[in-house]
Amino acid sequence: MLDELKQDGFDYIVCDSPAGIEKGAHLAMYFSDRAVVVVNPEVSSVRDSDRILGLLSSKIQRAEKGQGAGAQHLLLTRYNPVRVEAGEMMSVEDVEDILGIPVLGVIPESENVLAASNSGVPVIHDAGSIAGQAYADAVSRLLGEDVAMRFLDAPKKGFFKRMFGT
Amino acid sequence: MSLLDFLRPRPRNTANIARERLRIIVAQERATRGGPDYLPLLRNELLEVIRKYVHVGAEAVQINVERNDQGEVLELSVALPEGNATGTNG
Repeated sequence: MLDELKQDGFDYIVCDSPAGIEKGAHLAMYFSDRAVVVVNPEVSSVRDSDRILGLLSSKIQRAEKGQGAGAQHLLLTRYNPVRVEAGEMMSVEDVEDILGIPVLGVIPESENVLAASNSGVPVIHDAGSIAGQAYADAVSRLLGEDVAMRFLDAPKKGFFKRMFGT
Repeated sequence: MSLLDFLRPRPRNTANIARERLRIIVAQERATRGGPDYLPLLRNELLEVIRKYVHVGAEAVQINVERNDQGEVLELSVALPEGNATGTNG
């Protein structure tokens, strides 16, 4: 099927994988040249990502043929800068440090993601949402453009907001 | 964060705990990764053979595969119990 798609002239074939490290993930990754591993800043997610990265280095066709592992990218989702600042969530640097590869993009946790999912419209089409913009940035970086990271800092609060809460 | 928050005890920095837990978990899993798939089975069978002669616990047999320039080394260590080392057939 991948060969047919190639003959049809597609430049990129994106193969989504089921979450977790089951058969489906293995099938999805086997013929890949490049992988984007989606990870949340949670212990279980980072741990599974490390396993998947290990499999991507050894158990895909490229690696078995001795062509080396494909390119590996991390996409950090559900990132909440306020909680990171409060020490309640691991930071981008923590996740990069543990997994040993840089992140391609950081998607801030956003209400728009669930809303987009509910209505069946990709959040990247919602240009007004920061999550949509962050996804667009990540895509640009994947295509080789140099785009600065955004939405990594908690919004600054004024004096009154800090004193009396939000 | 409101005025009342200053009076409450600060929550512990759980992000640091998560980071330290992950460092340990990931290091352990990377150490066992890449070995042949038959290692756990080999370990169990060796354990059964050894148990014919000596009472040992499930943790007595440790297997490690190490890579060096010459190739792979299968390292096997069996911890025998102290004192009464005679087994069922002894």
